[in-house]
Amino acid sequence: MRRGNNVPHYAWNNYMNKASKPLPLRRLESLWGYLFISPWIIGFLLFTVGPMIASLVFSFADYNIVSPPTNFGLSNYIKLFTNDPDFWHSLGITATYAVIAIPLNLVFGFALAYLLNQKVPGLAFWRTVFYIPSVLAGVAVAILWGLIFNPKFGILNWFLGLFGISGPGWLSSPDWAVPALILMSLWSVGGGMIIYLAGLQSIPTTFYEAAQLDGANGWQQFFRITVPLMSPVILYNLIIGIIGTFQYFTEVYVLTSGLTGGIGGPAKSTLFYNVYLYSNAFRYMNMGYASALAWVLFVIVLLLTLLVLRSSSAWVYYEGELHNK
Amino acid sequence: MGMNKKTHERINQIVSTILLSIGMLVVLTPLGWMMVSALKPRDAVNTYPPQWIPTDQVHVTIDGQEYFLYDIPVNGEMRQLALLDKQGGTGTFVNPDNPSESYELTVASGTRVTQVKLHWENFVSAVTKVPFGHYLLNTMIVVVFGTIGTVASCTLVAYGFARFRSKAMPILFLLLLSTIMLPPQVTLIPTFIVFQKIGWYDTLLPLIVPAFFANAWDVFLLRQFFMTLPTELDDAARIDGCGPFGILWHIIIPQSYPVLATVTIFTVLYAWNDFYAPLIYLQSQEHWTLALGLQSFNAVYTNQGNLLMAASTLMVIPPILMFFFAQRLFIQGVVISGIKG
Repeated sequence: MRRGNNVPHYAWNNYMNKASKPLPLRRLESLWGYLFISPWIIGFLLFTVGPMIASLVFSFADYNIVSPPTNFGLSNYIKLFTNDPDFWHSLGITATYAVIAIPLNLVFGFALAYLLNQKVPGLAFWRTVFYIPSVLAGVAVAILWGLIFNPKFGILNWFLGLFGISGPGWLSSPDWAVPALILMSLWSVGGGMIIYLAGLQSIPTTFYEAAQLDGANGWQQFFRITVPLMSPVILYNLIIGIIGTFQYFTEVYVLTSGLTGGIGGPAKSTLFYNVYLYSNAFRYMNMGYASALAWVLFVIVLLLTLLVLRSSSAWVYYEGELHNK
Repeated sequence: MGMNKKTHERINQIVSTILLSIGMLVVLTPLGWMMVSALKPRDAVNTYPPQWIPTDQVHVTIDGQEYFLYDIPVNGEMRQLALLDKQGGTGTFVNPDNPSESYELTVASGTRVTQVKLHWENFVSAVTKVPFGHYLLNTMIVVVFGTIGTVASCTLVAYGFARFRSKAMPILFLLLLSTIMLPPQVTLIPTFIVFQKIGWYDTLLPLIVPAFFANAWDVFLLRQFFMTLPTELDDAARIDGCGPFGILWHIIIPQSYPVLATVTIFTVLYAWNDFYAPLIYLQSQEHWTLALGLQSFNAVYTNQGNLLMAASTLMVIPPILMFFFAQRLFIQGVVISGIKG
């Protein structure tokens, strides 16, 4: 699991060899290195650093592409924080989705992986089945779920009807549109499952054998061995999940915006952050305002990531710590 | 104790298998529903309860007019009769072979005759109602060139990071990794504006060209793999007079086919499914990709669920096939990028 472990051996040898080389050779080596990574360096300057600076500048101006940026100042940010209910609204929706969907995905993905790790026959078969939805992201899947969520004829409400439950309007209801999207996201928990499964399989069985000797029951083993050892993987997926939520777009656009021309679904109930940003930038051509939204998003993601990383020392367990004790 | 443990394990397996089977039903039902709906006649998509096997209602033609055929009891005997006319709950039923033989019966006592019929022609309609070939061609152009660009540039960059040392290298690598955390929106607008100013708006170029400048995910994946390759072979090749490019071409790449295939597959898949970039950059229909074409198809043919599902099915078949043929590579890729060292 920790791939790094088998790396240093070669890297070290390599390093030792190089260290003993005369200076011109080392300089030659670094020149070759820069040559090989130059596509990324150029791309980094052209498509990352340059645009980042530009969007920061735009975020302090009014800019509609057609005429040059004008009216430099803090007005975009002031409007954002003090006079834009849609901004707070979209932030709220995105946060709600993240707070519910990410833990649910984690729990279900982990549960599936845990089941698969019980030495069930046909592991490869199950893994294949559960992973299929993850390769199908995009418009086609969104259209399919649009049909499934149809309040009158969709198979979801039909299924609920079998139990005497009269299903809600899902995507056409302001209260149920986001829950519908969360439900849909659970369809592809198989992606996380594969990662967790690989992690589970890398936990040495000796740990469990030792715990059994000490008389630990199944739950104790799960919470004292499995969860702590999996925590770095969980952390990583948590961060990626947070970032992903702020990029959430295609499904919302296809399911609740594309048809009526109005963006953000019934009563703006699916005005996710990225959808709001998109509509500012590419519907209304408010490039300055959209840039401000992007930078606020950047800061939020950065803060959240740091927060998760900081707090992780309390609950993430790295194998190395074992040896220090 | 030993026996006890065996039994315990067995129970665990059985319970797990049952739960997994339920999960499988949940996962496969939507896909099944998609394929079934794709083969239905138009009026069978929106029915309650849902129809799990595509069936047609059988019509008969009497005097050039079409009527529904019913299974209905007449004086205790089951007959197949055509419903000519309905008033209130009572209908006029006739024998289709002898239309003068007619009965007044309660409509509710009969059921419409249906037959299983798979409407494969839905697929033909789905691809002929829109310039599907055009969309496919555009998608293929983006997929092929985007993938070539990604694989080539990421291989070079990963090789640079894996095999060449200098003071700045570790910092640059950290910088590269940090771009994974950078939300793409932060760079989106200026990039869009530049592409527009240089006349690339409404062309496929914005979807292809950036691929040639490497990306953090794939570089990381490749670099991690290159690091595990022994350097002894490099050294041997160097002694034989191989330059850095020669080593990459003759030593590194031949050992890296699996991971290169993984990168290829993920890039192809991403380009195939991508919706955001085409939505932003492509305006005229002749430049649309499949994802964009499908979305507009969805907007126009909202009430022809069967055609929508036929088109969607066509769109998901290539990824599914690719996944089945390259499962191992897929799973490897997910695992390596998901559990970073």
